[in-house]
Amino acid sequence: MFSKRKQLALAGTVADLPLESVKGRSPWRDAMNRFARNKAAVFSVVLLVLITVACIVGPWLVPHSFDDTDWGAISLPPTWAGTHWFGTDELGRDILVRTLIGGRISLLVGLLGTIASVALGIAWGAVAGFLGGKTDSVMMRIVDMMYAVPYLLIAILMMTLFGREFYLVIITIAVFSWLDTARVVRGQTLTLKSREFVEAAHAIGVPTHRIIFSHIVPNLLGIVAIYTTVTVPGVILTESVLSFLGLGVQEPMTSWGALIGDSVGKMDQQPWMLLFPSLFLCATLSCANYIGDGLRDAFDPKDR
Amino acid sequence: MWSYILRRLLWAIPTALAVITLCYLMLHLTPGGPFDSERQVSAAVLANLQAKYHLDQPLWRQYLYYLNDLLHGDLGASFRYADWSVNSLVAQALPVSATVGGLSVILSLVIGVILGIAAALRQNSIIDYVVMFLGNIGNTIPSFVMGPVLILIFAIWLKHPDGNGWLPAGGWDGHAIYMILPVALLTLINVATIGRIMRAGLIETMSSNFIRTARAKGLPLRTIVFRHALKPALIPVASVLGPVAISAITAAVVTETVFSLPGLGKLIVNGASNRDYTLVLGLVVLITVIAVVFNLLVDLAYALLDPRIRY
Amino acid sequence: MSLLEVKNLGVKFSTPDGVISAVNGVNFSLERGQTIGIVGESGSGKSQTVLAMMGLLAKNGVANGEALFEGKNLLTMPAKELNRVRGDRISMIFQDPMTSLNPYLTVERQMTEVLELHKGLSRKAARVRAIQLLDAVKIPEAARRVDMYPHEFSGGMRQRVMIAMALLCEPEILIADEPTTALDVTVQAQIITLLKELQRDFGTAIIMITHDLGVVAGICDQVMVMYGGRTMEYGGARDIFYDATHPYTIGLLNALPRLDHDGAELISIPGNPPNMAHMPAGCPFCERCSLADEHCHQVLPALLPAEGKPHVLRACHKTGEPILRLKEVAHG
Repeated sequence: MFSKRKQLALAGTVADLPLESVKGRSPWRDAMNRFARNKAAVFSVVLLVLITVACIVGPWLVPHSFDDTDWGAISLPPTWAGTHWFGTDELGRDILVRTLIGGRISLLVGLLGTIASVALGIAWGAVAGFLGGKTDSVMMRIVDMMYAVPYLLIAILMMTLFGREFYLVIITIAVFSWLDTARVVRGQTLTLKSREFVEAAHAIGVPTHRIIFSHIVPNLLGIVAIYTTVTVPGVILTESVLSFLGLGVQEPMTSWGALIGDSVGKMDQQPWMLLFPSLFLCATLSCANYIGDGLRDAFDPKDR
Repeated sequence: MWSYILRRLLWAIPTALAVITLCYLMLHLTPGGPFDSERQVSAAVLANLQAKYHLDQPLWRQYLYYLNDLLHGDLGASFRYADWSVNSLVAQALPVSATVGGLSVILSLVIGVILGIAAALRQNSIIDYVVMFLGNIGNTIPSFVMGPVLILIFAIWLKHPDGNGWLPAGGWDGHAIYMILPVALLTLINVATIGRIMRAGLIETMSSNFIRTARAKGLPLRTIVFRHALKPALIPVASVLGPVAISAITAAVVTETVFSLPGLGKLIVNGASNRDYTLVLGLVVLITVIAVVFNLLVDLAYALLDPRIRY
Repeated sequence: MSLLEVKNLGVKFSTPDGVISAVNGVNFSLERGQTIGIVGESGSGKSQTVLAMMGLLAKNGVANGEALFEGKNLLTMPAKELNRVRGDRISMIFQDPMTSLNPYLTVERQMTEVLELHKGLSRKAARVRAIQLLDAVKIPEAARRVDMYPHEFSGGMRQRVMIAMALLCEPEILIADEPTTALDVTVQAQIITLLKELQRDFGTAIIMITHDLGVVAGICDQVMVMYGGRTMEYGGARDIFYDATHPYTIGLLNALPRLDHDGAELISIPGNPPNMAHMPAGCPFCERCSLADEHCHQVLPALLPAEGKPHVLRACHKTGEPILRLKEVAHG
């Protein structure tokens, strides 16, 4: 792990970076200034970057492979002697490297699932808000309906039917996590719609779909930035639940949820199998939550 | 009032119907799915499927038969077990889920509301920090981590002198002791949400003008809180009950898996890993209908709480 | 002994920007059956003065000084004792009748609870009395409407309900905090007339908080003009209304449409109410006063008897000629 000084130095660069890049755009700069003053949020950014880097680079540095059995070390507790610092499971696989590999999957699903869900949410919300009238009310009614559906069960059904492919996990999650984004984007679109530049585009005959995607969508970026960070923990959580239930990522590949699921029957013998993936998952979730809160406060300080 | 209920019903029915239709179609259109003629299943199951799902008929008729069965409370046949209908499996599992779920909902409502009130009336006191701390835990530690941690502490680390854990790690024989950890887990998760919202709602209500009027009338704090402030502060709680119920269903699936409870959640997970398509379909339909009905009840509770809502 | 005697009352709020003094050294007294008007713009401290007396300040507010009700200080009274005074012997009606009644309880419940608490009446007897009071404030079909919720009444009717509720226990003092501001002009006049009639019938003393000197003229015996948390001028209603000697009072009067000065121009006071966080060292009104000089900016004027009128108090360095000229400007 990094020393305290290194963390502080990193915190400095992370906090400075956005300020440099958006010079001259005062609303963004104000927001980033406020964000940089929020210690919990900045610390969360640092920790999240550390976890991500560890998951990407770590597996190459650890002298074990995630699916190799070390016959000399079956169910080994965590130890500083030797190289199984997080211990091994009952198949002699190194928990450290499995946690990091699992993190790759969890974070990747989080990233891709969020992109898919936010894209869907923006498209749905922008179209509904822009077209208005009957289309809008039907589209938002569908959103309302989906809120009332216990989505995990539908996800379970989909995983049962279509198999447990990696991309299917992402699609399944995306299908049910775009609702909040759609609602917010619709609200923003409604206010944007009445602005002058949109009316001007209308007047000179720009087609509707061009107005939506080249005028409305770019102006939604601030709110979308917030909702993207808010969506990430939800997506990671859903993937974890599915994998925990054995319906997500399949062996020998793994994710944090799958690792936690593996550990449940073996806690009396190997509690470390629960401990390490849980720590990584909980740390990631709380970092994402704090960053989301920080962004919301930074962009909308009057809210609190 | 009755027309309001009717109107809400008219929205709830399409929601349930849409989910049922979508799931049904997904099942049918999956290559290699349960209704694919190439499918290898035992003769007995095949006979069941034929009888239940009218596979010789065109799709739209099959669908209507299915809806008709649902209306009569028949959830279909198991795809794996020739001797079991979905109904008979549900009949065994539902009481377990209902007992654990019902207990935890009641407990978390009562505890959450009481904690929320206490925290709101004594801001920055110990109880206030406890509520906020619980809220943070609920945000950060998912149920499938919290559950194993509870087992680790109360079933493995804390032992009676005879070597057994304080509480059983899982299983079910109807004894209350098997319920303690699952109910505790589900309650812990929901108490945080309800307590936080109750706290925020009561703090906002207590700073409103009509509470100032009540204070100007010389009413004691007790009367002000329980007669004047409680109802408006409960409205935000009622408004999250729908989402809370949905997340409680998720949590119930996880909880039953963690504690090996033979409830609906465990049934659906087992069905999914066995690829018992028709069982999963039946359960999804059942639970969706329960969720939609619950949302409907929440809306009605909402209307009862607020006299300004026009029916 | 006066019914109510307020001595050197101050109110401070602690805010993120530091401590703000909303009210400074306010003194006034009220006799039985009399009416005092406290007049000022928003932020003048007039509402906070009475909220402090009633123990209704916001959480970050602290009151000091004395508010003696029959010789007992309301500000230091234990909560239990204060609750026996509030609603029973001193009651209050608020500016916004839309939000000041509890939307979740029927009017009957909100009225009967006061009588149950203070007079020990049964719910049934309290209900009869509540209907009587609703009749007294001229709410039609009171017996039927008593069971309705506040949102089923119009704004004017709600303010009548508030007044009826405040008078249930026949209090010695009724505090009316801008009772007509949120209402239509015609309804305003009705409410003022109603208050006058009720005062005659019940013998209640009234503290009328308003920004409208016109309201004061019709109903008050005494008037206190406040600005920036301080008393500017305090005296009999006739003295203040017909012979004001403080530049701020004169300004307020000039901003008032008057039927007796046909064709006179309405002159508003230039500038905005002061920022309570950055008060000037001298007279709080100096920045908007046409007579202000260096002395006014530096030295706070004391509240002293006016020349030739010992019962009128004023806080202004300027006297005589300039004040008279200021009044002539207005009357053209």
